[in-house]
Amino acid sequence: MIEVIDAERCTACDICVSVCPTNVFDKTDGIPIIARQGDCQTCFLCELYCPEDALFVSPFADAPQAVDVAALKEATLLGSYRRAVGWVEESRHLRAADRSYRLFGH
Amino acid sequence: MTNLPGRAEKLSSSAGSVVFDADVLVLGGGPAGTWAAISAAEHGARVVLADKGFCGTSGATAAAGTGVWYVDPAPERREAAMASREKLGGHLQDRRWMARVLDRTYAQSNQLADWGYPYPADDDGRPQRNSLQGPEYMRLMRKRTKQAGVTILDHSPALELLVDGNGVVAGAAGLRRQKGDRWAVNAKAVVIATGGCAFLSKTLGSNVLTGDGYLLAAEAGAEFTSMEFSNAYAISPAFGSVTKTLFYSWASFTDEQGSVIPGASSKGGRSVIARALGKGPVYAQLDQADAETQRHMRVSQPNFFLPFDRTGIDPFTQRFPVTLRLEGTVRGTGGLRIIDDSCATTVPGLYAAGDAATRELICGGFTGGGSHNAAWAMSSGYWAGHGAAEFARQLGTTVGREAFRRGTVGLRSSNGRALQGGALVRSVQDEVFPYELNYFREAGRLGGSLGRLDALWTDASNADVPDEQELLRGREAAAMLATARWMYRSALARQESRGMHRRDDYPEQDDRHLHLVTSGGLDDVWTSARPLASAQYSEAAE
Repeated sequence: MIEVIDAERCTACDICVSVCPTNVFDKTDGIPIIARQGDCQTCFLCELYCPEDALFVSPFADAPQAVDVAALKEATLLGSYRRAVGWVEESRHLRAADRSYRLFGH
Repeated sequence: MTNLPGRAEKLSSSAGSVVFDADVLVLGGGPAGTWAAISAAEHGARVVLADKGFCGTSGATAAAGTGVWYVDPAPERREAAMASREKLGGHLQDRRWMARVLDRTYAQSNQLADWGYPYPADDDGRPQRNSLQGPEYMRLMRKRTKQAGVTILDHSPALELLVDGNGVVAGAAGLRRQKGDRWAVNAKAVVIATGGCAFLSKTLGSNVLTGDGYLLAAEAGAEFTSMEFSNAYAISPAFGSVTKTLFYSWASFTDEQGSVIPGASSKGGRSVIARALGKGPVYAQLDQADAETQRHMRVSQPNFFLPFDRTGIDPFTQRFPVTLRLEGTVRGTGGLRIIDDSCATTVPGLYAAGDAATRELICGGFTGGGSHNAAWAMSSGYWAGHGAAEFARQLGTTVGREAFRRGTVGLRSSNGRALQGGALVRSVQDEVFPYELNYFREAGRLGGSLGRLDALWTDASNADVPDEQELLRGREAAAMLATARWMYRSALARQESRGMHRRDDYPEQDDRHLHLVTSGGLDDVWTSARPLASAQYSEAAE
């Protein structure tokens, strides 16, 4: 489930509020809040759309998890999904790296 | 807002509601909905697309990666592609539909390439178009939908259909969750593309898929088919949401002590895993993937590795606990019955596409992967959009037409207590999640479950309207409940095992049941047998 909106990085662009398919976030006068964490379906798409790498979705789908933001940054886990799918400039080549055709029919 | 020529028109925007006038309204903004909206617009219709979440991230495809049933047009390749699935699907498919879906999927995929989808090329430089990355694909589809002039309403779940005095669909009405108000769209035709029902099981990307479109279509009188093929379960880490069953074909499965579970497998042995999970934890390890396969997996499905990378598990060298999450009709083949090549339902002006519609025509009683569903979404979306646009054109002017709201549960005032959506969701899940009820079916257990589900329906029907914050969850719960009742009545009617439908009391396939099961009804759920199209052709020839 979504666990972190990092106040240091978040610019209050509210993209996460728009793109979350289950409407987990609410806008505020400042940065958004995680208003309905229990509705999070752990799809990681808010992370993918965050241009600032300010969000972290814990892989635990059914229970909240305590996370240490400093440790996440240290481990460069913030933004790791976006880099892996090629939605940042330095890894754009990964957008066309799908090798599923080598895996089908196993 | 400026109204470009050909755009749906915003009629009014009074406090608390917004009203649009359109030719075609599409409900759902996943692959099927976006293809339908684009197709309707290309055929001259003014289109509104309303999505419960955000068109571009909503649905089972956006969060995942999916194979696509994209097959080279060489006749021998097409023949092999059709033949390979017939036994698995219990011989319920329709060859004519398989051929036209293969043709249409080929055309739509090549269209995606022209639009700039970054398909990979193999080592010889040949493009490979049998797989799509969900986020990339659906980001592109949102862009193309907007470019086609479609008005998109995000975070706007539909609550009910509008129907005119002749029983013709006239639009829909719903909520704008982030605006805190209501929407209505007066339309000449409606496409239901709201996906299947996965019962809020958190299988990847599927929690928006609660059967909402089924319920509102049924309230307008639509019928269903193949709803017994609704017990697909996907493998995921026990703690996580990422279901990518394909990768588990490189896995070994072990019990608590580390002993290999005989017969357990992602393909052909998933029922063994279900039975083992009934006794204790089951572990997987992808120990049969060599280094090259591991690299291919990493780049093909990056999100598969998020649960592992973020918990410090190496899935290739370490065991991790797994579970089976219910995918219901999302990977089942049941859904709205369509009655012609334009994907019309039995209700005039109402069309169905994608997982909301039956996939029996190309899959029979089994879908093992996204491949066929993805092909179906593209194809049925294209046809439904075209069909709806044509219906709207032929209907002509509808000025002065009266429209009536068809919603039932959760939308009608009563003296009872308000509908409790959250509690109802849990009650329905208790009937559809357990393997001994849904995966492994048996007359006594199905009957017991139906008794409880019918009682829940009676209670829900007598409940009062919940407050605005609880209304959506209430309607979702009612849709899940209705879906479960069509599923289990159909499962009772099919007294054999075929496709994914598995009866402990009738373990064999029995060709006296080589037919399709139609279902429908709200207060009184009914089923009936329907002959296969191939049987109708041969009968006509006699």
